[in-house]
Amino acid sequence: MAAILEFKNITKVFPGVIANDKICFTLEKGEILALLGENGAGKTTLMNVLYSLYQPDDGEIYIEGEKVTFNSPVDAILKGIGMVHQHFMLVPVFNVAENVMLGQEDVKAGGFLDIEKTAKKILEISEEYKLEVNPYDLIKDLPVGVQQRVEIIKLLFRGAEVLIFDEPTAVLTPQEADDLFVIIRSLAKQGKSIIFITHKLREVMDLADRIIVLRQGKVVGETTPDKASQSSLAAMMVGREVILEIDKTPAKIGKQVLSVQDLIVTDNKKQVTVDEVTFNVNAGEVLGIAGVQGNGQTELVEAITGLRTLSKGLIKIEDVEVSHSTPRRITELGVAHIPEDRQRDGLVLPFPVLENLILCTYYLPPYAKNKIINWKLATTHAEELKEQFDIRAPSVTTHVSNLSGGNQQKVIVARELSRPISLLVASQPTRGLDVGSIEYIHNQIIKKRDEGIAVLLVSPELDEIMQLSDRIAIMYRGKILAIIPAGKASKEQVGLIMAGVIPNELAEYKI
Amino acid sequence: MKKDKLEKPNGVNIFFEELRKRITGGNEKRSTWQSLLIPFLAIITGLIFGGIFNVITNVDVYSAFKESFTGGLAFTWKTIAVSYSSLFKGAIGDPSFIVEALRSGDQKMIARAFYPITESLVATTPYIFAGLAVALGFKAGVFNIGAEGQLFIGGATSVFVGYYFTGLPAYIHIPFALFAGAAGGGLWGFIPGWLKAKTGGHEVINTIMMNYIAFLLSDWLLGGPLQRPDTYQKVSPEIQPTAVLPRFFPDPIRFHAGFFIAVLFIILVYIFMFKTTWGFNLRMVGANPNAAKYAGVNVGQNIILAMTLSGALAGMAGAIEVLGVNHKLFGAISSGYGFDSIALALLGNNNPIGVGFAALLFGTLSNGATRMQIDARIPVEIISIIQAIVLMFIAAPAIIRTIYRLKEPKEKDQLLAATNLGGD
Repeated sequence: MAAILEFKNITKVFPGVIANDKICFTLEKGEILALLGENGAGKTTLMNVLYSLYQPDDGEIYIEGEKVTFNSPVDAILKGIGMVHQHFMLVPVFNVAENVMLGQEDVKAGGFLDIEKTAKKILEISEEYKLEVNPYDLIKDLPVGVQQRVEIIKLLFRGAEVLIFDEPTAVLTPQEADDLFVIIRSLAKQGKSIIFITHKLREVMDLADRIIVLRQGKVVGETTPDKASQSSLAAMMVGREVILEIDKTPAKIGKQVLSVQDLIVTDNKKQVTVDEVTFNVNAGEVLGIAGVQGNGQTELVEAITGLRTLSKGLIKIEDVEVSHSTPRRITELGVAHIPEDRQRDGLVLPFPVLENLILCTYYLPPYAKNKIINWKLATTHAEELKEQFDIRAPSVTTHVSNLSGGNQQKVIVARELSRPISLLVASQPTRGLDVGSIEYIHNQIIKKRDEGIAVLLVSPELDEIMQLSDRIAIMYRGKILAIIPAGKASKEQVGLIMAGVIPNELAEYKI
Repeated sequence: MKKDKLEKPNGVNIFFEELRKRITGGNEKRSTWQSLLIPFLAIITGLIFGGIFNVITNVDVYSAFKESFTGGLAFTWKTIAVSYSSLFKGAIGDPSFIVEALRSGDQKMIARAFYPITESLVATTPYIFAGLAVALGFKAGVFNIGAEGQLFIGGATSVFVGYYFTGLPAYIHIPFALFAGAAGGGLWGFIPGWLKAKTGGHEVINTIMMNYIAFLLSDWLLGGPLQRPDTYQKVSPEIQPTAVLPRFFPDPIRFHAGFFIAVLFIILVYIFMFKTTWGFNLRMVGANPNAAKYAGVNVGQNIILAMTLSGALAGMAGAIEVLGVNHKLFGAISSGYGFDSIALALLGNNNPIGVGFAALLFGTLSNGATRMQIDARIPVEIISIIQAIVLMFIAAPAIIRTIYRLKEPKEKDQLLAATNLGGD
């Protein structure tokens, strides 16, 4: 029997670069195929070719042995190919059933919508594939993980046989990701074929039946999880040896830089999200704050950096009280901030790289004199930083919106780390980045630590916390449950505390 | 924090949010040459459509076609030719008459020959100020629909300073009166700006409301405190000669120093927006208020600043019109400059220099329209139709691209390709 999907010599050329270079591979029925590659390796282009958002310059696509050409995504769906996009295509104010039926509505006599019929079908699908969902819930009230399930149901409702997941875990919490993997496995078991696009090695090792690695538009390898290791995959993906473990020297602890005492912060709904938190960060160490996203880390960071008013407590930076200081005053005290959401807070997307690089210092000499900005100097400075931090952009006048996530993050890192600082607050600094960029940013953080800068690292990625931190503080429901020196606790133990349980052997670190 | 209120979405907000994105982030997608080509093609297309409307609304065309087909075609052609040539003559001048006048050397004839073009510049002047006002607001992410009201208030304050103070030398009186206009308009912009920053009240609603207050307030002022004592008409006294903006040519040419002040302000606003830290603050707030807050900018203060400056520029439009052209204030001082300026700012891509050219176009068209009406008996409304069509095409460049088969700008693809960076 022919493979359910086959790519033959797919080539897609953009001016100046070959995004897909004679790509060939097959997808068998009931298989989970991982498409692994760094950002820019051509994964998304390839899937967009399949989904007919781009027309290939050369090559053919076969479905069950039959050559196909698609003119629009609708054709692809009709042929049983569905894609779960990274950013969901759902109407927030509609309920699940309405979203699922959108474009393919069930109708009763007289032209009225038959929501009940759709809802029944949804329940059948959710039964069959273990996709728990209530057809009458509004999308906007659902957590991200469940919204993603609705996207999957949408495809199954339309009879998809091949399901493509584009970086599906980027938006999920670790638990939600685990749930998704269960769903994907059950889909495959029921005979659906899965293409799973990712750059996360662990996910590939966990989930895939077969792995195809792309680099610079070419298929550079094909393997299976039992024959590969994370480091061999990383090397294949990046094209050189990648050091996944960071080699760092013991911390040389200096004086106290940040001190937080009995801090209480509320969120936008006036709910207490940071609940009497006390800790400090010293020069030359990394304090990692672990915790499932949404346990108060966001508000904690916003309070420290002056973006959110605190309800109670005291924050000091090098003996200066900053509990109620403005973000600018805190920046001027030597605090660098890599924000959690780089596009929302960290960058002005329609501005060029150059302007984003002076976002926090434009008003200070030497960039500004008598309120006039010296753009010539700023440009020279930007070109230096572009070189030094390896920001891949055609020029410093390129709009940041045109850069990839990794390079956008490098712009922020370059800006924040290139000025004199005593404290670095890094919130999810590698969110959504590829292996190469993660390695780079981790090295930068450790370099700053070794220069004697205090680092507060916040991340829901336990691996990241374990690798970089000298001390680990675990946050759960707004409280810091324990602060543990690195090496005293295993990953599993920290994971337990993240769920609110402190193992007996770590009781001494309980707060 | 108060600022959280700004982020609450509602119907109006979402609509203007979309528009704001187009305005503040729109230029990233357009390459430079397309950002020039599209307005140009839009103008050409607008003129073509204007011609079509001109023909199909003309009764004589139908009767000409009834007689004979070729005669109808000839008449159609003649209609369009006459109307656009008279538009040109009205806006720029009659080339042969200009040559003749220059040859004769007769002062009066020369004045008459150059009258249309100078008159176009006179009409351009308030458009420049009002357009700059709206563009500055757009860049800072605020949608100032209140230029019309600010213009009235600016006119009222400057006329008051213009007639009330006597014995001042011109070099003090003129700047003083201009400043008064800016202050009046600025106050009218400050109020909705302050409301937005402090309470989250949407500036679109509030500037519209401020317009009504301005219209009725100036109506009352002209019927009361500012009324000329010897009349029952709603008109203010004439301003003192010391407050009159100098004219450079004998009557009937009304061309006055205000045009040069307007050009100066184009440069000033450009420097302010792109060279100073204040302008950088405003642009940051306009393009991404969250990042601005992160960078230590006080978002609320900058919204107030932007609205105040925007109002001040609109107020200057009113002041210039009073001090340069009318020398007094009456009800119909503004012929919709405040509303046209929104369109104008869009046409100029919110760039001060672009606004200058857009203002020139609007000024020229509206001036030429008068002559067109007299000579060719074409209703001035055709000009409004042309303006409307030009703007529709600017707002929806996809139509222009389809008509002229332009390629979609592929900047993003190229950049991604050039740097070998894929989707994230």
